[in-house]
Amino acid sequence: MRVWILLAIVVLAGTAGEISVTRAMKRIGEVHQFNPRALLKVLGRAFRIGWMWLGLALLAMAFFSLLALLSWENVSFVVPLTALSYVVGALMAKLFLKEKVDRIRWMGVLLVVVGVVLVWVG
Amino acid sequence: MSIARRVRLKTYMLIVLMVAFGATGDVLLGKGMRETGGIALSSPALFIDGIIRGFHNDLVWMGIFSLIFFFLCYMLVLSWADYSFVSPASAISYAVVTFLGWMLLGESVNSTRWLGVLVICLGVFLVGHTPTRTTPEIE
Repeated sequence: MRVWILLAIVVLAGTAGEISVTRAMKRIGEVHQFNPRALLKVLGRAFRIGWMWLGLALLAMAFFSLLALLSWENVSFVVPLTALSYVVGALMAKLFLKEKVDRIRWMGVLLVVVGVVLVWVG
Repeated sequence: MSIARRVRLKTYMLIVLMVAFGATGDVLLGKGMRETGGIALSSPALFIDGIIRGFHNDLVWMGIFSLIFFFLCYMLVLSWADYSFVSPASAISYAVVTFLGWMLLGESVNSTRWLGVLVICLGVFLVGHTPTRTTPEIE
């Protein structure tokens, strides 16, 4: 039971964390300049946005849950299941970021999940 | 070059960088941690001890820096591209890592894994043919 709870935390917190980071970066807007000075400025702005910190906290939570999970279960059991994150991610992006996930993108996401599972099971 | 084309090219370039920094970071970190004896997960004290020993290894630090650059590229590309575009597209790294392991390290790859690589490439190809951004710019 605790394995499934931790797995849910890895997938949900990990995806929610990346969605939060996306939200922060979308608030900054498209980055056009890539010189070190401009990039430092972008970083400075990013870390003044609450979503960025929430995202990092959620990602840290997912990371440590993954470590705990790996102490009980095999990598080849855990990683294929975390591939579900791609589906959860597309759903959350649709719901919380209002991204339009069309049929082609859904098919691509599902193929990626199947592919990752095959690579790890093989 | 049209603006849409330029944004697409910029997106692809950053995803390539993400894959390169991400895979390099994982390999260096993995190699470094194994050199220092790995992390024991049996008790919190041993766990912390394992992490501290890791910090005394140069490969571990190189891996961490590589992963910081990975995350920076991830942040940058998400400043304009859809999350539901970038996240599945970056799964191409599984295919790249499998292929490089086979080519450079002579790792054996069975037919199930090759099928997985093919299916991932197909999935990324499909995602790559959707618009990189489907949300309006907020100011």
